[in-house]
Amino acid sequence: MFDTLTLAQLPPADEDLRAVVRDLVARHVAARPLDQRARSWQGFDAGFSRALGAAGLLGLTLPRAYGGHERGPFARFVVVEELLCAGAPVAAHWIADRQSAPLILRYGTEAQRQMYIPRICRGELLFCIGMSEPGSGSDLASVRTRADRTDAGWVVNGQKIWTTNSLHSDYMIALVRTSGAPTDRQAGLSQVIIDLKAPGVTIRPIVDLTGDAHFAEVFFDNVALGADALVGQEGEGWQQVAAELAFERSGPERIYSSVVLLDAWVRHLQAAGRTDSAALVGRLTAELATLRAMSIACTARLAAGESPVVEASIVKDRGTGFEQELPLVIGDDLATHPDEPVSAELYATLMYVTHVAPSFSLRGGTREILRGIIARGMGLR
Amino acid sequence: MTMADMDLLDPFVRMLDDVAGADAVRALEAGGSTRPIWQAFADSGYLDALVAEDAGGAGLALADLVPLVAALGAHALPVPVAETMVARALLAGAGIAAPDGPIVLVSSLAQPVPAALLADHALVDMGEALVLSPIAALMPQPTGVHGSLAALLSGTPQGPVLARPVGGLRPIAAVLRALLIAGAVARLTDMACAYANDRVQFGKPIGRQQALQQMLAVMAEDMVACRIAAQLGASRWPQVPVALAATAKITTSAAATRIAASAHAVHGAIGISEAYDLQLLTRRLHEWRLADGSEGYWAGVLGTARLDHGASTVDWVRAAIFA
Repeated sequence: MFDTLTLAQLPPADEDLRAVVRDLVARHVAARPLDQRARSWQGFDAGFSRALGAAGLLGLTLPRAYGGHERGPFARFVVVEELLCAGAPVAAHWIADRQSAPLILRYGTEAQRQMYIPRICRGELLFCIGMSEPGSGSDLASVRTRADRTDAGWVVNGQKIWTTNSLHSDYMIALVRTSGAPTDRQAGLSQVIIDLKAPGVTIRPIVDLTGDAHFAEVFFDNVALGADALVGQEGEGWQQVAAELAFERSGPERIYSSVVLLDAWVRHLQAAGRTDSAALVGRLTAELATLRAMSIACTARLAAGESPVVEASIVKDRGTGFEQELPLVIGDDLATHPDEPVSAELYATLMYVTHVAPSFSLRGGTREILRGIIARGMGLR
Repeated sequence: MTMADMDLLDPFVRMLDDVAGADAVRALEAGGSTRPIWQAFADSGYLDALVAEDAGGAGLALADLVPLVAALGAHALPVPVAETMVARALLAGAGIAAPDGPIVLVSSLAQPVPAALLADHALVDMGEALVLSPIAALMPQPTGVHGSLAALLSGTPQGPVLARPVGGLRPIAAVLRALLIAGAVARLTDMACAYANDRVQFGKPIGRQQALQQMLAVMAEDMVACRIAAQLGASRWPQVPVALAATAKITTSAAATRIAASAHAVHGAIGISEAYDLQLLTRRLHEWRLADGSEGYWAGVLGTARLDHGASTVDWVRAAIFA
């Protein structure tokens, strides 16, 4: 079962990219406080993203003809691994590089590719994902936001919510209904590119439980789009979103969300000269190594040209479980030694990760949805 | 899997199906002779798969044997075939002629050794060196556990002495356990899935219940983790670094208990009956989990090694486990 998910190796040529990333990290990231680095996914720094683009570290999977580097998924794995382990702010380019550009490459017209992908590769064009709505979370096929045909193209009405980074993004690729009614489910859905500066778009930030406002509500009130706003085929939005989510779920980002905290805790143990938690360190290290091997195995399926939907779900569900366990067991370890000093920086980082950790198994598909996908892949139901 | 792997695996699995099916395994557990099974393995040439070519073997690496050892696990075979392959390679490397029969790897005399009741010899890690001893010199005693062919060993091994691999026998033995566990849990996942699709309650297959689907999905995740961690453990040969063995054994031993529990939960009462094959696999899983260090032992070893280094976790893991 799932026989293709098997041990694979990163090509040595792609390992060379680590030095390039480390050089940038040393200049842009290393001096940031620990709890800022723990925010890696949520860390928004458009300047850093442009620096990554200038250094040739974005668009690694994309063709040279569109400003990419044709290095493939393994190269992206290496770069993302380095960025997340350093706690670099990746939010600005994250979605565009990971899924918007590959989506436009696969389903877009030549004009759309020329228009968007080169600037994504330079880290200049920032995208967000318009999927969730107030009444459509896990049940994504029930979206109600509509795009209706006009003489000039499309007009969009409706609302998206929990849209990460929409406040800072240039464009949204939204899943909308272009025909029929919500009761038609997967039929009649399409994906459109929406310029977030267009008249009729209103973005209202939502503050989260850590005090950050990385996601928002986005309202569309008669937003006029050109005919070229449609990505791919009208009515094929559901299939396109499934392929897009495979990009979203299969990267190393699904195992490293808490790794800045893990490293800080290990340094704390080393500074305190404490060895009584060695078995916990060992258990977590083994799990991280196993997940890394699983993630590389999944990357190998991407590199083989597949869309590893089930395999990515396996890695993401296990990976987010690990990411969520880390702050809990590290917190218990520190507080099991109540007379041992803990720095304010480590404490703030621990509590930040503890509070935000529930989101790890929500974003990109909930645990329960992923397990349903895996069960179907096993031949159940 | 490459074509070469398939060429190696297919005849091996056919042989296993022929001589080591569930009935043969039950016969062994009931005290039957291991001779017919052993003769098939001895005649096949597979026992010298890891022996260097210039010493008359196939010169394969442990990574080449991953699917074969997993197949042994999937058959719940209590005969020390993989252990004998490793022992024969170590003996050949030391220029010592290997005896004909089954050999167990003994990383400690303190706790039961799986398959020792079926072995003729033991390759014993004495801390300073390895000793190839007739098993009789170690006075094998049954553990009293129903169906188990593990034995308690004692006394002093007698026989030829050979150099100890760096880190001793335990890392190699632990990787073999991890591979056996990976094979057994793959079979258990298949069995649980098939049963869930077949067994009807409340008017539909129980596999349509979301609660079961969620449990089986976690089982599949554990199964894949076991496969890949065991492959990682087997990726270096003949020196098996401690950090690789630890990763493989921690992941597989911890998953073994969860998968055994889930497989039984799906099967209900029939799964714990002697006549049903499930129990052959789950009993073996628990035995292999405890052999050559459980997840807790290896976690201590791995964590201690990790805390000795200042590198970040991923840098350390890349250097110690993926290099």
